[in-house]
Amino acid sequence: MTETDKSLLVVHNLSVAFGTHGNPFKAVDRISFHIEEGEVLGIVGESGSGKSVSSLALMGLIDFPGRVTADELRFKTTDLQTLNEKARRKITGDEISMIFQDPMTSLNPSYTVGDQIMEAIEVHQGGRKKERLAKAIDLLRQVGIPAPESRINSYPHQLSGGMSQRVMIAMAIACDPKLLIADEPTTALDVTIQAQIIELLLKLQREKQMGLMLITHDLALVAEAADRVVVMYAGQIVESGPASEIFKAPKHPYTQALMNSLPESSKGKDRLNALPGVVPGANDRPNGCLLNPRCPYATERCQVEEPGQLGPLGRQVKCFYPLDESGRPTYE
Amino acid sequence: MSEQVISQTSSAEPTKKVPIMSGVGLKQHYPVKQGFMKPMGLVKALDGVNFSVEAGKTLAVVGESGCGKSTLARLLTMIELPTEGELNFEGTNLLTLDRETRKELRQRIQIIFQNPYGSLNPRKKVGSILEEPLVINGKLTKAERKERALNLLQKVGLKPEHYDRYPHMFSGGQRQRIAIARGLMMNPKVVVADEPVSALDVSVQAQVLNLMMDLQQELDLAYVFISHDLSVVEHIADKVMVMYLGKVVEYGVTEDIFTHPQHPYTRALLSSTPRIDPEHRIEKIQLTGELPSPLNPPSGCAFHGRCEFANERCKVETPILKDQNGESSVACFGIDEHRLPYINR
Repeated sequence: MTETDKSLLVVHNLSVAFGTHGNPFKAVDRISFHIEEGEVLGIVGESGSGKSVSSLALMGLIDFPGRVTADELRFKTTDLQTLNEKARRKITGDEISMIFQDPMTSLNPSYTVGDQIMEAIEVHQGGRKKERLAKAIDLLRQVGIPAPESRINSYPHQLSGGMSQRVMIAMAIACDPKLLIADEPTTALDVTIQAQIIELLLKLQREKQMGLMLITHDLALVAEAADRVVVMYAGQIVESGPASEIFKAPKHPYTQALMNSLPESSKGKDRLNALPGVVPGANDRPNGCLLNPRCPYATERCQVEEPGQLGPLGRQVKCFYPLDESGRPTYE
Repeated sequence: MSEQVISQTSSAEPTKKVPIMSGVGLKQHYPVKQGFMKPMGLVKALDGVNFSVEAGKTLAVVGESGCGKSTLARLLTMIELPTEGELNFEGTNLLTLDRETRKELRQRIQIIFQNPYGSLNPRKKVGSILEEPLVINGKLTKAERKERALNLLQKVGLKPEHYDRYPHMFSGGQRQRIAIARGLMMNPKVVVADEPVSALDVSVQAQVLNLMMDLQQELDLAYVFISHDLSVVEHIADKVMVMYLGKVVEYGVTEDIFTHPQHPYTRALLSSTPRIDPEHRIEKIQLTGELPSPLNPPSGCAFHGRCEFANERCKVETPILKDQNGESSVACFGIDEHRLPYINR
């Protein structure tokens, strides 16, 4: 799928830099992607790959000294970069909303969950208190909380992790957003609860025809839930394409290595196929392709030259020697 | 020569290997205040758990938060003493021993914690972190201690120059290596690993798991591997123990449990674990509701409220762990009464 004028969100060369102007550290480095209405886009990467920072940049939540730059940052027909803070806040939280990783700390412990959901409705839609209350109860029902009429008066500490995440989701969908960004929504939860929450998110996404941006480190989760996938490494997008294609035949050595290092891929073997080394930090990013010190297929060219995004639109890979169907690099 | 043949045939018979560590009927109950003038509540964090682990083998303990798996880890390492039960190490019950002998023996059981960012003292250098257990328990000289620390650093894949560094100078994976090295300083026979790779990234997780398996082979360690990640457990464990609300619901050889899980909870756990390969996926079993409060556990089978196969009997009677076919055992009336469909993955 490629972007069109009708795309819900279009991002072109988004960068987020921290540190001094002379020696900036690019947490996110020229990433481009787009989301369509009613589509689930998975963003995968290890810690330090810049996936959370890019979502914060979209929400306009990067404060000084962070610097956000982009060639294009368009939500439907609005250019997000030209808006002032007030106008932008009208969109974020209303048409674009976000769910964070740790539901226990994202909720304010001093207010009941009802107050917090009603606040979101009040800010963006207004209305009388009675209506807001009815709407909040209805939202809690939509996210599958039993006995919402009494739960609405609960404080966050009275709820379990799964319940708190459901409340967060209720708050996020309170204003019928067109785009929902879920940053590691289930990482803090148990597997059976994780399955419930993902199912709920996908159900709401289908019903409301939302675009869903699912950010996670869990490859298998993305493989099951997403339509399209973007793989990030050290602030850059290394591979993007339809989920079914990427997980069947990854083209980037990093995606391949990530998949191979999962225990699922080494069934019946003694050892796991570990990728040596770690994600480079702020001060030790190599020249050329950022993966080259860890990549089994790297050549001298990879150490000096940075590869561009190769391949057709909608199935791109940032590698000089994209892997073929059998998983071997294609040296010329 | 003929003697050898005889001894080989006799060892091929199912002579049960003596477990290096085992527990019988372990219980840990905590009294909890429920409020002013209210009666004390009782949380049964562990309620009658039996287990055994052999040298060079891995027993995995699986379950969701609140099922008692970390309490079990604390009992095994004797950070806490159980309310009731027996804890055997190489044939002696640790709980009836006097303090001195117990202290001697518990050096052979070490623990690796989940979060390597919290388990290493940020004010100490790696060297003194590693040597601390030797200073407390050993009779080695300073030079010997350093030699042993350097030796173990090398064994876990770190360099001698790391000896003089502080924990903050290491990545998560390297820190977990340091924590593993510290766990091995006292030459343990049993290592309890409480979610050792949950805080690590996938690619680093594989490195640490490989290291743990190499060390197990080299040193003939017994692992009690506590985890919620079933794909990791499937890879590393020889036997699996599935826990729910302080009780063991299923126990058996890893392969059996993963190919045909019996207890409905095990089935739900397995089906909820996401898989990359569509062929590895099985039909999702959605559990309704959440883990009930251990303060006020449901009557009968603790799982009945979330179980689609539960009947009247499950609500009243408590199932006990029953042997199925020698190796595996399961606590479920549905299995006993053949009410559950057979699953083969």
